[in-house]
Amino acid sequence: MTDLNKLGLADARDALRKGETTSKALTEACLTAIEGAGALNAFVHHTPEIALKQAEAADTRIKAGNAPAMCGLPIGIKDLFCTKGVPSQAGSRILEGFLPEYESTVSQNLFDAGAVMLGKLNMDEFAMGSSNETSVYGNAVNPWRRSDDATALTPGGSSGGSAAAVAADLCLAATGTDTGGSIRQPAAFTGTVGIKPTYGRCSRWGVVAFASSLDQAGPMTKSVRDAAIMLEAMCSYDEKDSTSADLAVPNFEAALTGDVRGKKIGIPKEYRMEGTPQEIEALWQDGIAMMKDAGAEIVDISLPHTKYALPAYYVIAPAEASSNLARYDGVRFGHRAKLEQGDGITELYEKTRAEGFGPEVQRRVMVGTYVLSAGFYDAYYNRARKVRTLIKKDFEDVFAQGIDSILTPATPSAAFGLGEMADADPVQMYLNDVFTVTVNLAGLPGIAVPAGTDHQGLPLGLQLIGRPWEEADLLSSAYALEQRAGFVAKPDKWW
Amino acid sequence: MSIDENTAARVAKLARIKVEPEALPALAQEFNGILGFIEQLSEVDVDGVEPMTSVTPQRLKRRADVVTDGDQQDKVLANAPDAREGFFAVPKVVE
Repeated sequence: MTDLNKLGLADARDALRKGETTSKALTEACLTAIEGAGALNAFVHHTPEIALKQAEAADTRIKAGNAPAMCGLPIGIKDLFCTKGVPSQAGSRILEGFLPEYESTVSQNLFDAGAVMLGKLNMDEFAMGSSNETSVYGNAVNPWRRSDDATALTPGGSSGGSAAAVAADLCLAATGTDTGGSIRQPAAFTGTVGIKPTYGRCSRWGVVAFASSLDQAGPMTKSVRDAAIMLEAMCSYDEKDSTSADLAVPNFEAALTGDVRGKKIGIPKEYRMEGTPQEIEALWQDGIAMMKDAGAEIVDISLPHTKYALPAYYVIAPAEASSNLARYDGVRFGHRAKLEQGDGITELYEKTRAEGFGPEVQRRVMVGTYVLSAGFYDAYYNRARKVRTLIKKDFEDVFAQGIDSILTPATPSAAFGLGEMADADPVQMYLNDVFTVTVNLAGLPGIAVPAGTDHQGLPLGLQLIGRPWEEADLLSSAYALEQRAGFVAKPDKWW
Repeated sequence: MSIDENTAARVAKLARIKVEPEALPALAQEFNGILGFIEQLSEVDVDGVEPMTSVTPQRLKRRADVVTDGDQQDKVLANAPDAREGFFAVPKVVE
């Protein structure tokens, strides 16, 4: 078998079970692909020794029979997950040299299921960004290029390294995390599938916190089936995360019928936004036609508070970040600034944080500090939390009307050029998440599925939003969309 | 609401991030851009709306108030930039 790294999870699993290949062979193929892909800057910490050891153990387990679905499958782990004894920096200088003494629950679940870790993946610093350009490692690069020029494009963010690695076949799949769109936007920019489950499905324990009421982990994969397989392995009830849901995790793959006959798919009018390129609108119309063709009933719906989702997010997420990131003080772990004679504890904090945090993280921590400060707490933070209640209610109302899922574009554009937004207002970058951020505020599951290309041959994605805890149904609808969209294009290898 | 350099300096101080005086005007301008964007929230009628405290309607689990973990001093200190005699070391705090 050639090009084993190009397989998805389902195909590789089936090949392993039939004895057509080994985890060792799959892992070596990925390690070779990673070695040749330095130009993508996707893997930032390499763990070949761990990978080969895990592959060997997986091969033994597979031979013994009854190995779980992820057994022997090589994947990449976003740098936000703490992995025992392996650098886990959240893309930040402030965690330089940090070696966790523990394993995140999600990565432990994957290892228990037999998955093989190839290394850690690039990301925006503390998951704050939409282009991977805030990373201390430098940006990851999208394996896709426009058909008519060689401009380096962003893989999106914050899970940009994960998206680039999966799209370039450096691994079979990868973990991502999503606070405002950080799985779904990079998936859309790279022609891959990414799902953010319902808030509480995946344990946040051991995942470096950005905004705790919004953060969720999820898989980034080459197909909807792969997403179902990997999501199931990642989910669990975890008493170490007080917001973890004590609910049984369904067999998501078994639910992939792709049968959407009689299902009601909502099309929210507020997602038709001024300034959205015609190609995005056309893709959305194509998606509507595909779901109709599959037998779904298309229903026009209204989510009236959509417009206020991004402003509410840019109060709530920085507020939570300013609190979460207070732990980086140069005392307990990570970077500590060199002090001058006479410097005290305040100088230690201030210099450490100025050196350790990049500009976007500093900006958000300070905005969060401001909106939580005395005199502004009610005007900004409490008001944003009230608007969040209204945004969630918008969704509850349409679900109460019988809507099963909601179809929207995933992003307002295809992947843009690295550096193109360098001089833009920070708010311009925030608009990348305009279609995805509502889902985090309402705690709902959302999935991005590649559905077409733009006039320059770049992938474009559609998003399906599901009812809380109904990932199985959502994945099945996404499977129907995937089958009809028939997106099979891959980037031409230039790296 | 417009943020001036003094406010920017105060916020930086509260956040314990050192900002050089010459960087304050640009910082204040960025804050104003972001807060201008956030300002849209004042259009929304939020009378009688409860602020969200939990995105999923669940009661946090409780457990007996007993020690469940501990005796991990080595691990706790393993990543400290400066640890001595079983403690985190910091510059002099009390004069």
